[in-house]
Amino acid sequence: MRNNVPKSRITAVVARLCRQVNYFLPGDVWQALEKGGKREVSETGRGVLNEILENARIAGQKEIALCQDTGLVEIFLKIGQDVHITGGNLNEAIQAGVAAGYRDGYLRKSIVADPLERKNTGDNTPALIYTEIVDGDRLEITVLPKGGGSENASALVMLAPGAGWPAVKEFVLRTVKEKGINACPPLIVGIGIGGSFSSVPLLAKKALLREVGSAHPIYGQKEKELLADINSTGIGPMGLGGTLSALGVHIEPAPCHIASLPVAVSMQCHSCRRLSEVL
Amino acid sequence: MVLSLTTDQLISSVSEIKAGERILLSGTIYTARDAAHQRMAMLIAEGKPLPFPVKNSVLYYCGPTPPRPGEVIGSCGPTTSSRMDPYTPLMLEQGVKATIGKGTRSAAVIAALQKYHSLYLVATGGAGALLSRKVRRAGPVAFEDLGPEAIFRLEVMDFPLIVAVDSMGNNIFERK
Repeated sequence: MRNNVPKSRITAVVARLCRQVNYFLPGDVWQALEKGGKREVSETGRGVLNEILENARIAGQKEIALCQDTGLVEIFLKIGQDVHITGGNLNEAIQAGVAAGYRDGYLRKSIVADPLERKNTGDNTPALIYTEIVDGDRLEITVLPKGGGSENASALVMLAPGAGWPAVKEFVLRTVKEKGINACPPLIVGIGIGGSFSSVPLLAKKALLREVGSAHPIYGQKEKELLADINSTGIGPMGLGGTLSALGVHIEPAPCHIASLPVAVSMQCHSCRRLSEVL
Repeated sequence: MVLSLTTDQLISSVSEIKAGERILLSGTIYTARDAAHQRMAMLIAEGKPLPFPVKNSVLYYCGPTPPRPGEVIGSCGPTTSSRMDPYTPLMLEQGVKATIGKGTRSAAVIAALQKYHSLYLVATGGAGALLSRKVRRAGPVAFEDLGPEAIFRLEVMDFPLIVAVDSMGNNIFERK
């Protein structure tokens, strides 16, 4: 069946998602913080985790942004091939929703129009939009406001294919040790392995959309191994020392060229905000 | 142990304050992040005065969200301090006595903290809603065209901080 989705509905939904995603900490992140806090050995670390949870309670109650860095909005669309957008352009519908959500939601406008001139666009657009065409007649919209501090700690490398898992692991650990401390740990570490130079960072970022701590069907054991290694670095909550340095490690693999082994690390702070709606 | 201090008390007791101590700070602090630092560095280079009383001041690396009607300020947690590292020795030279942010500082900043007898404090990143409850008054001071990157004057009450680097150069991020 063909599903007609009016442009205006998309704008309204995106605006609401933008507001809500910035006020309400997702349940899986909340649970991972609570669970991890019980095992944290550092008193300072436990204090930080308590502040993070108290912050989430206040943000939700008062509808104030969880973090002042309300991010660059990244939007992931799964568009069923039987979906028909009516009344206008999909990109315009989404950008209008982001602008309205950030204006009416009292959220920070953190986007500059040109990377060198650096003049603020004033409405937090443009959002980045990634589309995937899927079967069916539904339109799934996922919003991920990505903070600058954790994004700056992300990294990409093109490894030699023969180097394999040990080299992948070494790169991820080195990236976390060098940069994770300033990315607001406890972290969620998204890892893309395979694909190409252009696709591997998106793979890593999409890994952040998974439920925190969920296991990949094939890479689950490797995820566990890396999580244990990261949590034994001593980085701890906010880098102040402790045992809870990451809440989850999510790996997403993809086929790649015989000559290549691309690896990307997408660093996510503890304020791991994402929200979806299906139309 | 948690020390409840006014900004005046903090500044007059810099040498007694040690890395790792927790502080609840009350008084006036000024926000400044990347773009504001860049402009201030230009003003200093041109020999012009800074747009806030810099002597014995406390600088907070923060770009808040706009307040809802009836609220003092929006979410107002710390941003990553290391981006301000290139400007910090200059700001300390001008008289800034403490900086507040999150994360590590460069060796040059740690040396400058000792030289100018100043402190580096951290607040919990991603706790901007909680920290907004500790701000009694807020208003723009300069560079309003920068939006969230403007300099704001904040009157804080019991603002929760940890001393990350003290005036002797002791650094809580440095682990044995």
